[in-house]
Amino acid sequence: MDKITALIVDDSSVMRKIVERSLRQAGIELEKVVEASNGAEALTALQTNAVDLILCDINMPVMDGLEFVRQAAKLEKAKGIPIVMITTEGSESHVVQALTAGARGYIRKPFTPDQVKEHVLPVLGKKQ
Amino acid sequence: MNTDASLVTRSHEENWLPIIELAVEEVFEIMVGCRVKVAGQSEHKPNEEFTAMVGLAGALCGILTVCCDAKTAGEIAKRMLGDTAGSKEQVADALGEICNMIAGNFKNKLAGTDGQCMLSVPTVISGGEYSFRSLAEGSCMETVVLFEDAPIAVRLQLEN
Repeated sequence: MDKITALIVDDSSVMRKIVERSLRQAGIELEKVVEASNGAEALTALQTNAVDLILCDINMPVMDGLEFVRQAAKLEKAKGIPIVMITTEGSESHVVQALTAGARGYIRKPFTPDQVKEHVLPVLGKKQ
Repeated sequence: MNTDASLVTRSHEENWLPIIELAVEEVFEIMVGCRVKVAGQSEHKPNEEFTAMVGLAGALCGILTVCCDAKTAGEIAKRMLGDTAGSKEQVADALGEICNMIAGNFKNKLAGTDGQCMLSVPTVISGGEYSFRSLAEGSCMETVVLFEDAPIAVRLQLEN
């Protein structure tokens, strides 16, 4: 599997580290990890980084994850980059909103590395 | 509080406390890699040196808090992050996320409320010299779990 650059968006630095570790445990080789603590920072990061995958929380200050997905969908630089939500918000309405806005996957916290593997590998076009 | 409200409160406590405890157990087992054990409230009281809080608004209105001593909070962070955990900020961040996941897991288990209940981002207080008082009338459910024999209090305070 080729090495990828992942953008991890979460207001918790602890959770960003756990998501990164889960990606590695899923067998995804990471060339680089870009971190952002809210949607606005993530949009800025997309301007200066070539990203292959975005993992994004929903409840964040400044700009939440759903708004980030909507804004990213308008960005030329973000076109085709798969976005997977990782969030405590487990309601069907949040899932529908995220997928409608352009997210390709949805993982509920708490999550296991196997769940990350199950949801992330398909959006990268990889077999599990 | 009138009789009807009292009955509703008691009904919530009876029905929801096991759901809170299940939410706590799942979060610790999956994210901390450790099983916690439900303890009797009166037997174990944590020294509340760290308090994480997440607000709920909408169908459920109130606050969920997770309280423990500094050593326990540090151990939780270490379990979540490995040996890299060390700073007070990381410890607070870790406990805040635990609280956030318990609140989310709890509301996702309540049929009919998950889509209509919003969670705030977590807030963490370090230091135990404070008192908490809600201006709204309501009910409080509390459970104490043991994390490697150290007590952690989880409270759900709901407005009527």
